[in-house]
Amino acid sequence: MKSDRQEQQLKFTRRALMMGAGGAAVFTALGARLYQMQVVETERYRVLSEDNQFNFLLTPPSRGRILDRFGVPVADNRDSYRVVMIPEQAGDAEEALDRLGRIIEITPEQRDRILRNVQRAPRFRPVTIRDDLDWGSFAAINLQTPDLPGIIPEVAEIRDYPSGTAFAHILGYVQPASEIDAGNDQLLRHPGFRIGRTGAEAAREDTLRGSAGSLKVEVNAFGRVIRELPEQSNPAVPGEDVRLTIDADVQRFAYERLDGESAAAVAIDVESGDLLALASTPGFDPNLFVTGISQTQFNALNQNEFRPLFNKALQGTYPPASTFKAVVALAALEAGVINTTERITCTGSIELGNRTFNCWRRRGHGRVNLRDAVKSSCDVFFYEMAQRLGIDRIASAARQFGLGSAPEIGLAGVSRGIVPDEQWKLSRYGQRWSQGETLITAIGQGFMLASPLQMAVMTARLASGRSVSPRLYLDQPADQGQELVHDPAHLDIVRDALRAVVHEPGGTSYYSLGGLGVEGVEMAGKTGSSQVFSISAAEREAGVRSQSELPWRLRDHGMFICYAPADRPRYAVATVVEHGGGGSRAAAPPARDILRLLIERDPSAAGPFVQNTHGRQPT
Amino acid sequence: MAVFRETVPRTFQEKLFELNWSVVLLLLLLGAVGVGMLYSAAEGAWNPWASRHFIRFLPGIAIMLVVALLPPRFWMGMAYPIFLGALALLVGVEFFGESVNGAQRWLDIGPIRMQPSEIMKIAVVLALARFYHDLPPEKVNSAFGLLVPAFLIGAPSALILHQPDLGTAVLVVVTGVAIVFLAGLSWRIIIGGGIAAAFAIPAFLRFGLEEYQRRRIFTFLNPEEDPLGAGYHIIQSKIALGSGGLTGRGFIEGTQTQLNFLPEKQTDFIFTILGEEFGFVGGLAVIGIYALVLANTVAIAAACKSTFLRLTVMGIATTFALYVFINIGMVTGLLPVVGVPLPLISYGGTVMVAVLFGFGLILGAHIHRNAEPPRGAGLFG
Repeated sequence: MKSDRQEQQLKFTRRALMMGAGGAAVFTALGARLYQMQVVETERYRVLSEDNQFNFLLTPPSRGRILDRFGVPVADNRDSYRVVMIPEQAGDAEEALDRLGRIIEITPEQRDRILRNVQRAPRFRPVTIRDDLDWGSFAAINLQTPDLPGIIPEVAEIRDYPSGTAFAHILGYVQPASEIDAGNDQLLRHPGFRIGRTGAEAAREDTLRGSAGSLKVEVNAFGRVIRELPEQSNPAVPGEDVRLTIDADVQRFAYERLDGESAAAVAIDVESGDLLALASTPGFDPNLFVTGISQTQFNALNQNEFRPLFNKALQGTYPPASTFKAVVALAALEAGVINTTERITCTGSIELGNRTFNCWRRRGHGRVNLRDAVKSSCDVFFYEMAQRLGIDRIASAARQFGLGSAPEIGLAGVSRGIVPDEQWKLSRYGQRWSQGETLITAIGQGFMLASPLQMAVMTARLASGRSVSPRLYLDQPADQGQELVHDPAHLDIVRDALRAVVHEPGGTSYYSLGGLGVEGVEMAGKTGSSQVFSISAAEREAGVRSQSELPWRLRDHGMFICYAPADRPRYAVATVVEHGGGGSRAAAPPARDILRLLIERDPSAAGPFVQNTHGRQPT
Repeated sequence: MAVFRETVPRTFQEKLFELNWSVVLLLLLLGAVGVGMLYSAAEGAWNPWASRHFIRFLPGIAIMLVVALLPPRFWMGMAYPIFLGALALLVGVEFFGESVNGAQRWLDIGPIRMQPSEIMKIAVVLALARFYHDLPPEKVNSAFGLLVPAFLIGAPSALILHQPDLGTAVLVVVTGVAIVFLAGLSWRIIIGGGIAAAFAIPAFLRFGLEEYQRRRIFTFLNPEEDPLGAGYHIIQSKIALGSGGLTGRGFIEGTQTQLNFLPEKQTDFIFTILGEEFGFVGGLAVIGIYALVLANTVAIAAACKSTFLRLTVMGIATTFALYVFINIGMVTGLLPVVGVPLPLISYGGTVMVAVLFGFGLILGAHIHRNAEPPRGAGLFG
């Protein structure tokens, strides 16, 4: 029994020691493992630890401003108060929004959007809840942040368009980059960062954007910044300012003068080609797009009959109508098919083949020379010129004056318009050109289409005799172009006729304008009306007599081109008023007023009325 | 052994004199390390962990001393009641338990909130030690001698696994098997059992685990697969340890710890703070302290005259060693994350009391090493 016990104790001790040895081996293994990690591989882990500890935060660059020609900002940056949520810290996003909803309003629409974004993005990435808060709400949120985990009030720069609506079509607007655009670009993915979507904002994105900087920060596991290390960071490079050729005051004036109509106006410096105003009405407030336009607001804009989102000055195309006659007159003189003395008899219509081509004045103009024909806009005279010139020479003159090709001004979506000829008709319609089409092309109707910008360029070229090209940005070279006429005397004849349109009785805008309204300065102009709808004989009998009795959509487009001073042209303006009725009535007065403002503001023009009232010099 | 008397101390003073002070000091040292690490875990603050750890430690020591002074006969008598009570509590957890992190582990009894599985770790040891104490040595390998321990180990571990708490279940099983081994299980059965286990474990991994447990094990095998999910703990823990280097980054200077990259750092991952802030030297020192404690307990076990005390000491020592091994193995990426604390250093009341209770039994065994209670001795009989 005793030895049995001793043997049992011995057996126990043996087995206990075996276990002890096993334990020692296991603990040695732990020590070896620590040695491997902490001594052998420590460098690797040190690097990983620093990766954890430090982060580079992207610092978005300040966007360059857009200035008018005098340096007045028309697209600027302002401080915006916004609130973002970091889902990781907020926990339940719905609850966080409920809590925040007691302080600021969050519409169900916004709520859906936020929750969608929270679902989509990684949980550490901030999601914008509300942009552009007023100071009161922002302060209230700041006060309550301890009770709002993961809700972070921030101050950021946001785009601001101080003159809003009048510049909307030129500037366009900025918006957050779409998921597709953003790709892996961290800057584009940065919350609140916006890129140019349309207009100059989009066209000059590269200049305006600048480049992102990085801020080295020490962060904790939740991504909360513990410390900033500016000395190890790269500052963001702000975007450069872009300077427009636009004169903000003229732009605003042009916009306001046309507001209420569906219209466009383009003002251009005939020497440099600088675009001074590029207005399209109605406009829209680009600020709405920056902060997020609601569906209702967008629909209201998108479905408006006057098409406020459409830039009529660049994208709208209209038959240039009688404004084109000035070009045809010049082409006829240059071709030698007419001189200043030859008279054509206008009986109110001519016959060609089995068709009758009417003059706008049914009772005819009688015997008219070129000057009379331009002044009174006699259609029959230009039907005759059309037959003498042929479509090729008319089309080539039109192209020389900038029609039929899109001017390169550095904005997207500029229309080419149409200068029709035999070739064009064949490829477009597969049909042969007819003589009658030459006739209506010569009066700027039919297939011919031009944008208000092209009409302004055409006017600038008529005024200067050179193929000036329009420019919108002061940092782009001005192109004064080539001499356009062989004999300067021909140009003088046409210009004299254009002066007569406004200043002499019988001129189509003599009664509506009668002059520029600036003493000692004369202007020249040309009206145009492009038919949208023919008033039929039946309707005439039914009592529909004038444009004003027609529904708006069916009225003629009115257009007017002009320049001043008539003797030494400096500024040209083209206006189109959609469905405005005749050009002399609807389009001429606003064009003249814009032109007058330009003359009054011109620092170089002589005379008591042309003081630079704003004391600023163009650069 | 010659310096000590061959008799059993009877008076309070005698018993206190016989207390194994080196073990007590080592335990106090571990507690102090825990307080220090918890102070650092709170970014250099007493609250919320360090102070409470310290405050809990004092009654823990008191409990330990009381347990140590009670005679082995008492614990022998209590062995089965404690086991049955713990088993009942585990069943209670099944039905009334409170769920924390998806596992039912906590039981609220009036003011006390406890984890019955912690009690069970000691209860299994006591029950097995008592069983073998009563069992004639020649019957160890009999059917009776095999089936009763199989029940004593199997029933509680099955309940714990069902909570589910894989770590504790493994701990209970391994500790129990160690006691069976020490009790004199024949090598034939050991080898046979080993072969059976080689087949059973893969089957268990396949069918016996909850999804999250399986995922943890697979994540352990390849943590980089899921760096922000289940692998996050292991990756961050390894970074903390590895970046500590030879001597560490200094007290409260560990960036992983201080910047909160380590989740649960005050409980299961506390060793990483030590490794990051005190480096290889600090980590090795703590492992050394544990090793010293264990060496002492093996010596105590070897000196005990009764089977009950020997097996109790070795069983508790095994549990303790497993705690340390699994915890450090886990944070160093050697073992899967199974949620086992580092004894006396990790924050957590139940575990600390359980560990100190266990050491009370060890110290008591040392005091009463010469006691030889007869087989079948009752509570006071």
